[in-house]
Amino acid sequence: MRRYSVFAVAREAMRAHKGWEAQWSSPEPRSAYDVIIVGAGGHGLGAAYYLAKEHGITNVAVIEKGWLGGGNTGRNTTIIRSNYLYEESMDIYEHSLKLWEGLSQDLNYNVMYSPRGVMMLSHNTHDMQSFKRHINANRLYGIDNEWLTPEEAKAYVPVLDIAKTARYPINGAALQRRGGTARHDAVAWGYARAASDRGVHIIQNCEVTGIRRGPNGEVLGVETSKGFIGAKKIGVSAAGHSSVVMEMAGVRVPLHSTPLQALVSEPLKPIFPCVVMSNTVHAYISQSDKGELVIGAGTDQYNSYSQTGGLQIITHTLDAICELFPIFRRVKMMRQWGGITDNTPDRSPIQGVTPVPGLFVNCGWGTGGFKATPGSANLFAHLIARGEPHRLAAGLTLDRFRTGRLIDEAAAAAVAH
Amino acid sequence: MLLIHCPYCEEDRSELEFRWAGEAHIARPENIAAISDEEFAEYFFLRNNEKGLTYERWRHIHGCGRFFNAARDTVSDRFLTTYKAGLPKQVLPETGASEKTVETYEATEGDAR
Repeated sequence: MRRYSVFAVAREAMRAHKGWEAQWSSPEPRSAYDVIIVGAGGHGLGAAYYLAKEHGITNVAVIEKGWLGGGNTGRNTTIIRSNYLYEESMDIYEHSLKLWEGLSQDLNYNVMYSPRGVMMLSHNTHDMQSFKRHINANRLYGIDNEWLTPEEAKAYVPVLDIAKTARYPINGAALQRRGGTARHDAVAWGYARAASDRGVHIIQNCEVTGIRRGPNGEVLGVETSKGFIGAKKIGVSAAGHSSVVMEMAGVRVPLHSTPLQALVSEPLKPIFPCVVMSNTVHAYISQSDKGELVIGAGTDQYNSYSQTGGLQIITHTLDAICELFPIFRRVKMMRQWGGITDNTPDRSPIQGVTPVPGLFVNCGWGTGGFKATPGSANLFAHLIARGEPHRLAAGLTLDRFRTGRLIDEAAAAAVAH
Repeated sequence: MLLIHCPYCEEDRSELEFRWAGEAHIARPENIAAISDEEFAEYFFLRNNEKGLTYERWRHIHGCGRFFNAARDTVSDRFLTTYKAGLPKQVLPETGASEKTVETYEATEGDAR
């Protein structure tokens, strides 16, 4: 792999950019691998990368039914933060945030991680008490999070309407300054390039249609649209389709898949510096480096794999955005899309072993999986390599729904997060 | 937004009047205190989450307020039928829509016509 650097740019500029090589190879699948990862999103590609880099397992394939990064990795609103309430959540999201901070250097690929701050607006007494509890929990755990008065929030985000007569009055805000955004496609591409460089096979347009098992129930490999491919271990990282893939091995998971929508506006000049979220009125917004306002809406109420979503959902979100930021009322929206999120009952992810020997699962990231990409991938690789979870992911097991040790971020956030 | 037929009101009404209520035909164990943790987890948390034909409960919360059951395709979101609570599961053939991967709105639009 030729490293990217300022010298490489200069060299290629001198020779009409004819020396750039493909970022990753697209080989035909081998008959068998040590590990197969199902799903080439950020989590799956990252897991393959860390398997090769940290565990020395390079005979790995990542199998993807569509194209690389074409699922939720390419459909989310790229928000990164770690200000969760429970220790199990803080462990994994903070591990992830720390990896984000060095990811561009690690991958030699600019993922455009931008710690521009994530501000969560408080609109009422309940919000204020809840956010202050989060802030205290975070700070005791060594994670930055601070309380802002409405005036301080306004100073940080000048376009915010903090009038007491506003439709959604603001009585304060929580700000995590290390939170921010990153370039979603670059995360998938960067992991793909770095994994491919270490010998990982990335096999696109190859749908997994079955999981073959041996006499003792252990996995033998996957049936795909390109034929049978053997594997000693299989890691499923299929986001909204996790139920479908796990069902192939006869494992039921406590998920329901719902569309989540996002939309972007026409590009504007830089107008506000951070991510602003409002859980209460359910709207979140940031401005991309291209200048578009990137807006996240809510999930539909019913199970669906349609990758679209109801109009009333985005209308509701835009109503709220227009109240919070009156200046955006005449901005035109350019594109809208949906992704399929896999939601667990407690709104915390599942990462762990399954009842099937050799089968590992990483799912349930729901509406907030992007921020976790490096951390989740890193710990999923550890799980697959060692056969048991890393200390930081020990609470995320599938077993918690039997034991009752739920990680109830659903109640903590009172919203999809 | 979906248009949903309430089998009690016998009218097609907007999705805004309805609340989704999860998988249908799940019976609460009668001896709930006696069942094992595995059985409780199965009853309480594990769901089918089908891609294709699914059976689910809806409640006409801003109408008659009653629960009913529906068969729907989760790929096209099309309702195949709705029927009153308490009736047995309406056995339907698997819908064709789920046989091949149809994931764009443009593709399902043709199907809906």
